[in-house]
Amino acid sequence: MQVVNTKKKLPENTLLTKINYFFREYWKNRYLLLLLLPGIIFFIVFKYIPMYGLQIAFKDYKFLLGIHESPWIGLDTFRKMFAMESFWQVFRNTLVISFYQLVIGFPAPIIFALLLNEVRKMKFKKVVQTISYLPHFVSWVVLGGLFMQFLSPSIGPINILIKALGGQPIYFLADTDWFRTVLVSTEVWKGLGWNSIIYLAALSGIDPALYEAAKIDGAGRFKQVIHVTIPSLIPIITIMIIFATGKVVNDNFDQVFNLYNPAVYSVGDVLSTYTYRRGVVNMEYSFATAVGLFKNVISFGLVVGTNYIARRINDYGLW
Amino acid sequence: MAGNKIKTSFSEKIFDSTNTLFMIIFCMTTLYPFVYLLSMSLASANVPLTQLYLIPPEISFESYKRVFSSNYIASGFLVTIYKTILGTLLSVLFTFTLAYPLSRKYFPNRGFWTALVVFTMFFSGGLIPNYLLVRNLGLMNSINALVLPNLVNAFYMTIVRNYMMSLPDSLEESAKIDGANDIRILVSIILPICKPIIATIALWIAVWHWNEWFQCLLYITDPSKQVLQVIMRRVVMEGTQQVMDLSGQSEVEAAAVTTEGVKAATIMVTTIPILIVYPFIQKYFVKGIMVGSLKG
Repeated sequence: MQVVNTKKKLPENTLLTKINYFFREYWKNRYLLLLLLPGIIFFIVFKYIPMYGLQIAFKDYKFLLGIHESPWIGLDTFRKMFAMESFWQVFRNTLVISFYQLVIGFPAPIIFALLLNEVRKMKFKKVVQTISYLPHFVSWVVLGGLFMQFLSPSIGPINILIKALGGQPIYFLADTDWFRTVLVSTEVWKGLGWNSIIYLAALSGIDPALYEAAKIDGAGRFKQVIHVTIPSLIPIITIMIIFATGKVVNDNFDQVFNLYNPAVYSVGDVLSTYTYRRGVVNMEYSFATAVGLFKNVISFGLVVGTNYIARRINDYGLW
Repeated sequence: MAGNKIKTSFSEKIFDSTNTLFMIIFCMTTLYPFVYLLSMSLASANVPLTQLYLIPPEISFESYKRVFSSNYIASGFLVTIYKTILGTLLSVLFTFTLAYPLSRKYFPNRGFWTALVVFTMFFSGGLIPNYLLVRNLGLMNSINALVLPNLVNAFYMTIVRNYMMSLPDSLEESAKIDGANDIRILVSIILPICKPIIATIALWIAVWHWNEWFQCLLYITDPSKQVLQVIMRRVVMEGTQQVMDLSGQSEVEAAAVTTEGVKAATIMVTTIPILIVYPFIQKYFVKGIMVGSLKG
């Protein structure tokens, strides 16, 4: 009786009516809820439970005790981690390799897209595009095997050529002076065509009237590129560079793991491969989780920060 | 003025031919490592390894015969195909069942449920907590460990959801008046219109599954359950002897192939399925990138 009365007076303030309303809404959409549940359960089990498991970075994890029962040790693991030279070495490697990859790998697809856009024969352009996507479809584990043979000092064609010209063969994958070059150039090689897609799409979206106007003003093809094409790409380039900067701590595990070996750990070991070796191989679960958490937190902060900047500049962000 | 025009078109001609040349060189640089590997896998054992050639002077299929006679490669193929088909079917199914309710504006707490999913794109437990979870669930050495942890990809789900949101409301309204429930509407009205996006997502997931190897390395220790890519990795890293079990063969048989040739053939066998299908599927991938980049 009372419920009915209050409902009439203050319908929005009563907790009971709110709960009532809540269940009625879900009951009304019960079939949709049924569709939603398997997916949500998946995300809770396979994404949120591991997040809950991150607590072992603050615990002395013992396999027999489990995540819950292992004793808390606070920030000890992090203190140990920050005091380790090997950790800083790996962190530096990650940043340096990402930096090179940004400086060389970022402009390369833009230049490629600009050049491809100038190709006049459509058939030829299509063929080049299709070929350029090929390495994107091949996994790093295959490419790792491929480059191991391709760059080999004895049978690799590059070294056969060097030897034919009278030079000394270079062991690219085991030479600390060369390993980062190999990482950066193979990454550029793999992604060049694929990463140019977004710029090619932007190029095909440019209003032809702009080119017409430039032509009437007497601009040749080079002037058109400088005054019409490149300015039209600036917004997309800004967004892409902001997001690329946000990924500097996200190293490419697949690539490094399949190309590196102990001889080049000092220049090529990165956060994710370090986490794998310390965690899965050496079973230092708490330590490896702490390294992973450190990386995740920085990466998350960078994504949020760069997204904020992207929104301020372009009114366009991921959210 | 006239002279100027001729001059421009002359420099343009130079640019065009340089550009064409550059593109041809670019294509050769992209293709050459694969061509190199292919010719190495086809070269007979008599061809010296330190010789450069495009087509081997003496072709032999011995390396491939050796690869296909290995039990590990055969079982690796079967496991990979099985996991790719199973994984793709289940992933597509659960991506769409999750995307549909999240695309309906009237679904209660839609923003909360969507945020719950999208957050996982930016923050994760990381390698070790995931590894411990799979171990604690008792999934070690089971194909389920390769399928279940990647059942739904938050990014693909977002793309499907955005696509469903762009469909006109009138479609489902008429069906609702006829008394159809939401599951009926999804199956008989929404999914048929979603065919192009289903194809795109299915291809993405299938190529991803074909190429995925790291989880197999983490979760599968039984050699008979390993995927092709991991077996290939072992052949290349650890050498052919241990993995291929070539010790029992006669000297004549052993002389017919080189270790490098068998390695190259193994890599080719792993890659050929992708090389064959990618020219046909690449346009769906490109289309997908466009859909995804419209609004992430």
